[in-house]
Amino acid sequence: MILTLTILLAVIIAIAWAAFNAAYLVLAERRGAGIIQRRPGPNINGPFGLLQPPLDGIKLMAKQLIIPDGADKFMYISAPVLVMCPAIMSFVALPYSDWLQAQNIDVGLLMVFAFASMGTMGIVFAGWSSRNKYSLMAAMRSVSQAVAYEIPMIITALTITLMAGTTNLDAIVAQQSENFFHWNIFPLFGETHNILMPFSFLIFFICSMAETNRAPFDLGEAEGELVAGFHIEYGSMGFGLFFMGEYANIVIGATLATIFFLGGWSCPFGLFPGVWWFLIKMYAIIFTIIWIRWTFPRTTIYGLLNLSWKILIPASLVNLLLTAGLMKVF
Amino acid sequence: MINYFREIFSGLWSLFVGMKVTFIEAFSPKVTVSYPYETLKMCDAYRGHIELIENENGDPNCVCCMSCVRACPSGCISLTGEKPEGGKKKVLTSYNLDFTKCSLCSACVEACNFNAIEHSKEYNLASRNKEDFHFDLLARLRERNQ
Amino acid sequence: MNQPVELQPDETFVLNVGPQHPATHGVLRIKMEMNGEYIVHAETVVGYIHRMHEKMGEIKTYPQFLMNLSRLDYLGAMGYSHCHALCVEKAAGIEVPKRAEYIRVIMVELNRISSHLVWLGAFIMDLGGFTPLLYTFQAREHILDMMERITGARLTYCYIRFGGVSRDIDDQFIQSARDFMPYMRKELVKYHKLVTGNIIFKKRLIGMGHISPEMCRKYGASSGVARGAGINFDIRRNEPYSVYPELEFEVPVYDGCDNMSRYMVRMDEIEQSLRIVEHALDQLPDGPVMPKKAPKNIKPPAGDYYQATETARGTFGVRLVSDGSTTPYRMKLRSPTYSNMHLFDEACKGLMIMDAMAMMGTLDLVIPEIDR
Repeated sequence: MILTLTILLAVIIAIAWAAFNAAYLVLAERRGAGIIQRRPGPNINGPFGLLQPPLDGIKLMAKQLIIPDGADKFMYISAPVLVMCPAIMSFVALPYSDWLQAQNIDVGLLMVFAFASMGTMGIVFAGWSSRNKYSLMAAMRSVSQAVAYEIPMIITALTITLMAGTTNLDAIVAQQSENFFHWNIFPLFGETHNILMPFSFLIFFICSMAETNRAPFDLGEAEGELVAGFHIEYGSMGFGLFFMGEYANIVIGATLATIFFLGGWSCPFGLFPGVWWFLIKMYAIIFTIIWIRWTFPRTTIYGLLNLSWKILIPASLVNLLLTAGLMKVF
Repeated sequence: MINYFREIFSGLWSLFVGMKVTFIEAFSPKVTVSYPYETLKMCDAYRGHIELIENENGDPNCVCCMSCVRACPSGCISLTGEKPEGGKKKVLTSYNLDFTKCSLCSACVEACNFNAIEHSKEYNLASRNKEDFHFDLLARLRERNQ
Repeated sequence: MNQPVELQPDETFVLNVGPQHPATHGVLRIKMEMNGEYIVHAETVVGYIHRMHEKMGEIKTYPQFLMNLSRLDYLGAMGYSHCHALCVEKAAGIEVPKRAEYIRVIMVELNRISSHLVWLGAFIMDLGGFTPLLYTFQAREHILDMMERITGARLTYCYIRFGGVSRDIDDQFIQSARDFMPYMRKELVKYHKLVTGNIIFKKRLIGMGHISPEMCRKYGASSGVARGAGINFDIRRNEPYSVYPELEFEVPVYDGCDNMSRYMVRMDEIEQSLRIVEHALDQLPDGPVMPKKAPKNIKPPAGDYYQATETARGTFGVRLVSDGSTTPYRMKLRSPTYSNMHLFDEACKGLMIMDAMAMMGTLDLVIPEIDR
């Protein structure tokens, strides 16, 4: 009984954590954009604009949810939920420290990827059911993008699994925890001496950006030609859920990158508890993603697919093969 | 094959160059003015809507020659004047500016030979009523004098 | 809803882009017949903000209509007033003091830079990069501040008068203009680093959006569109007007016929405009800025007059038919963007919608100027 309650509490905390991150990363994004563009960004509501996300939420909730004429109602309403829910579900399996984890699952890695793929379904539902040509085109783009980028991402994750010998996220971190140079991203001192690890990290990073529809890969919501993309017909909290889902997915991507490559909560100097180190690493990656978004123009859909099929997939396959070879040698 | 790799690496390099530019910009000072809290002063040449200029007695300089009315491309000025009994000059009795049509082109100010109108420096003009922009400049002048 | 749908192997659908669409920068409407993401046929629909400027020109007196010219193109207003003023001056035989003509050229060129800066930012925003827009606006702000101090407005200048300009420039303006030159050159280096060298940007521009010289001639395209197709045509050189023959500058011409060529032409034009301003400031003569007896009532003798200038968007022409009265008999404004835009229908065939929008960005459209 107590065990069940603990799990329930942990799940609730995971949901709260996902929602909190999603809301405040929107603010971080807007402030970050402001800093890069030499303007303040939202700074009026509350100190440093910290009340902006709740106020935005209230504004969105106060709006009327309009369902377009002729839309497929069931799919139209379920689409934002389908984007947000899998993202929250993934959080259950993510470990933030050796003690801070909702549920330690042996196949945690698989579970996270399984739920991450479900997000695309929500986008397709949204695009198809809105009965809008723009959103339909955006949905089709999103599908081809998701298919193209899941392959190199999972192959790279497979490389990590090969090295760690487990799909348990906890165990993957535990193997890197000896000291600073045992992180997977540093090739020479780790147990496997895999010199390709920095490239793996780059591939994983690019793929996680493309998976989450972030600029420069945000073709699904290319405002230049498709106005707002798949959520063009959504208002009110439906739009809000899409937005939060996007940011929750970014957090998942950054968390996975931290676990796979940056040693999770293992701390180089041990100044503060491991969980803080985890958060520092994770937010560093998230801010890099924000920084990239406000620097580059958008790629084209064929440029995006070319990048995946011609560069990333061969590179990740070669990477997997060589890693397997190195495992055999050492 | 070499070109394939060269393209990848030169492409990656160009992305880092771009990121360096935005990184440097991020640590440069802000250039904006947060408008309702801080305001900028309008320069001398700024063309706001027109206002009447008064002479030392507090009366408008205007002699009702109608040259501003004729010069206005949009016909937004209407004024009337009458000769007082025993007086020689015409005296301005009303001067109305329909600001909804005005395009702030300065033609009226340039047409005036008697230094009777000038541009104000007002730019915070917003209202929900169209009538708020039918200015009675004579009344505004009297208000200013009080 | 459950009717059977007959699917054709190459079925197309019509996508209505605009009149309100982020990529059209105004109220341009494009009817696109699409096959998937590919454009089969496109038709631009104009006229959503038609304001009858030509008709206004026929019912207003010459000085009254002069103010309208600033309202055609809200980004490069000065060049349009310049053209109209030159045409009426030619018709009515008004002498312009040398200093006034130099000041006009300085202002027109500064305005050209600011217009190109907005184009650059908006173009990259079409491609999905938002930040360069803010950077170009920072540089543009310097120009606007300088020009506001002299002309009194930031967009609709109404600065040029028949016979001269409304206000003389002062030392402070000259100093700030001189300070602006090295600043702008540094900014240009920054844009080239951030944008021109970027691999994503290059991939989207090089070899995309082919516009051949033949097509340019057919539609009467000018400015960066024609010069990006290898046509060395610039009114400032080919039919010199004002004081341009006395100034040093080059006409950048690229013959790639693609988006990159048009982009590079405009970037180089910023640099050439800086050169012109610098040179004009060096040569600036003393003297009045309006003729001694400024004409009040302008009545050009009956006849047919034409004047063309190179504005930020291309060849702008004013055709004036006078019947000897205070209002023109006919006033025809030849707007450059109107010709440039109609290329789009033909040039976008077979392109993906993303590339078509990028190509439209390089045409540098300003919709109020198309509709007039």
